[in-house]
Amino acid sequence: MTLLKKTGYFLGIPLLLLAAWTVYTSTATNFFIPEPAKLMDRFFKIWFSERFVSDVLPSLSRLLAGLGLSIVIGIAVGAVIGYVRWIRWLFEPLFEFIRAIPSTILIPVLLLLIGINDSMKITLIVFSCVWPILLNTVAGVTSIDEVLQNTAKVIGLTKFDRMRYLVLPAASPQIMAGIRQSLAVALILMVVSEMFASTDGIGHWTINFQNRVAIAEMWSGILLLGIIGVTLSVVFQWFQKRILAWYEGLKEKEND
Amino acid sequence: MTRAQKPVRLKVDQVQKIYQTGAGTEFEAVRSLTFDLHDGEFACLVGPSGSGKTTLLKCIAGLMRTTSGEVVLDGQSVNGPAKGMAVVFQEYGRSLFPWMTVEANVDLPLKTSGVPKMERAERVRDALESVGLDKAGAKYPWQLSGGMQQRVAIARAVASQPSVLLMDEPFAAVDAQTRADLEDLVRRIWRKHNMTILFVTHDIDESVYLAERVLVLSSSPTVIQNDIEIDLPQERDQLVTRSAARFAELRAEVYERVQFAKTNIHAVVEPARFTEAHA
Amino acid sequence: MANPAISASPAARRYSLWLKTGPAALGTLGFLGFLGLWQMVSTFGIVDPRHMPPPAAVFERFAANFAYTDFWVATGHTLRAWLLGVLISTAAGLVVGVIIGSSRVLVRATHSTIEFLRPIPAVALIPIAALLFGPRIGSELMIIIYACFWIILIQVLYGIADLDKVALDTARTLRMDFPQRVRYVIFPTLLPFLMTGLRLAATVALILAISVELIVGTPGLGQEVAFAQINGSAPAIYALIITSGLLGIAINSLMRFVERKTLFWHESVRGGKAA
Repeated sequence: MTLLKKTGYFLGIPLLLLAAWTVYTSTATNFFIPEPAKLMDRFFKIWFSERFVSDVLPSLSRLLAGLGLSIVIGIAVGAVIGYVRWIRWLFEPLFEFIRAIPSTILIPVLLLLIGINDSMKITLIVFSCVWPILLNTVAGVTSIDEVLQNTAKVIGLTKFDRMRYLVLPAASPQIMAGIRQSLAVALILMVVSEMFASTDGIGHWTINFQNRVAIAEMWSGILLLGIIGVTLSVVFQWFQKRILAWYEGLKEKEND
Repeated sequence: MTRAQKPVRLKVDQVQKIYQTGAGTEFEAVRSLTFDLHDGEFACLVGPSGSGKTTLLKCIAGLMRTTSGEVVLDGQSVNGPAKGMAVVFQEYGRSLFPWMTVEANVDLPLKTSGVPKMERAERVRDALESVGLDKAGAKYPWQLSGGMQQRVAIARAVASQPSVLLMDEPFAAVDAQTRADLEDLVRRIWRKHNMTILFVTHDIDESVYLAERVLVLSSSPTVIQNDIEIDLPQERDQLVTRSAARFAELRAEVYERVQFAKTNIHAVVEPARFTEAHA
Repeated sequence: MANPAISASPAARRYSLWLKTGPAALGTLGFLGFLGLWQMVSTFGIVDPRHMPPPAAVFERFAANFAYTDFWVATGHTLRAWLLGVLISTAAGLVVGVIIGSSRVLVRATHSTIEFLRPIPAVALIPIAALLFGPRIGSELMIIIYACFWIILIQVLYGIADLDKVALDTARTLRMDFPQRVRYVIFPTLLPFLMTGLRLAATVALILAISVELIVGTPGLGQEVAFAQINGSAPAIYALIITSGLLGIAINSLMRFVERKTLFWHESVRGGKAA
């Protein structure tokens, strides 16, 4: 495919939608839909002024702290549970139950136990993001090829080395799939916790603008959240390509 | 120096293995199996399918606990994978770490056992060279053909300079041409590095072509049924050796023994040659 | 004796018994341990009992809820939003997915747009939903459908991309007409992917229904929790959390059941592994 054709496919529909939006707002007035120019103006004025430090950065740090903790805890606990059968038997049913709780319903309890602060929001994010990572790690660790395990034993890897050179790399495709799921969950919980119980952050202001019926301002918040979501997913895919290059190659070879 | 005068590398002493099967019953796979492997020996274990070859090899490799009896490597009793033992598995595609390059795969056992970095690089290079893969070090195993992958596994074993190299039907899953190449490769490496090799196979031709000594296993519960010396010349060649009269004789003898093992289940066999044993 | 090599031993029996009963026994122990820990935390006042009431108080409240009409009405509201949301997004995702997937040009042209719209968190749209619909079921549906539509659509597109060329050619040589091809080749290929999407969508839909109820105040379990919080009734909050957890498990099991029934022939079900 030529570059021109590729660009056409990539930009075609987005440009068409943008044009339709511009034409529509310039010919008719719809209370709920701001003009593109006005939205962009508000977007930069609101989020790239002092609010960038007082709201955008706090939101992002909650999100990343929650995600980072979930990844560390999920992989560490998942590896242990996957490796030791009796521990797995002990915790599996309990975890199945806790995981099934729709996590946003925990916000009131965490408010009681922790209060309206960053730890409460990070706890909430960790509490829901840790499950996909943890359970996928368990699945990855328990499904390691038997010959590969025997190989690790006969070349004399110690328990620690086996974790590092066999278990974690072997489980990495599943671990990455778990992290991918938890990205979306983390963003949802960041937004909901800020909308429900916060005095700052992107979620808080977006719902605040809605309460004040400041339509363009509200949309600018939604736009920012969307951009964060897209960026997160792009960055993750870049990382995944790096970390799982061997896996993609292996899969391609097998499907030949 | 004759074989028996050289020091014993591997001693398998009355090894017995009983499995716990799922339904709460037991299955005796190996019964009182004994043999010695001397320094520099190349021995093949052959036996009918279901003769507990893999079980026995796992017991020797320390991957499986024996029910009774003992495996001794260089005077040390084996309880778990031993340092001086290297294993090449049949499943080449599953015994190399797909997330590591060929070089990293060969290097891993050296790295984790604390060999100095300079020496490691040299040994990895040497090992890859002796299997003819000195140019493929930066590739990933899955980018190579099956035969080449098995070469990497052999290189990994060679690089760790083992006292005894165990090979579990290593060429059962490659095509005939590749198989012939790999057989010659193993013979070459054995002579070059003066290694001690125990090679498990179900292929009678392969066992006679490769080894200096063929051990024929009985059906399970497995014992050593025969111990046959292969007095073919050291220099072997796929065409010349395989068409030699002596090769045909030895082949026939091993074949007969294996057939006997197949048809005489639970036979306890006297070691004497050409004497029929009773069930 | 048929085979002298096979015999039973007490050790082997004990081991196989442990394999059968171990998971249930240890699993129960895990639950009891959790309850014990909870009881200790509130008995010794490690956490203010007004914030973390003892298990007995919570379970009493949990049981008492069943006698209240309000509780059942709230559960019904949540489940109705969940069910409608999942059904509408599945239908929409399936139709749009099949249309896009049937043309290579459309797949390429829509790719960038889908990849951009999909990662936008549905909850970011809660303010708009609140403006458009207020505290009514429309708000919940809008958020649920936005999130679940993408999930289903992507899975349908994966499924169509996975359509086996050989199977399609076979179908042609068997002189199947289009409806037959859809019935016997396309639909069976699509189904496992659709089921994966449905399972994910079902979980996400429940979270979103409760989130919207909590923030916008549409009737349902989420709103009940918000009320309980305003009233400062900790046992009521905890009881509702347990209820929602059981609801989550019920939805998971329902989805697994549907998957098993519809995909009994598929390897992911036969092999016991999740697709």
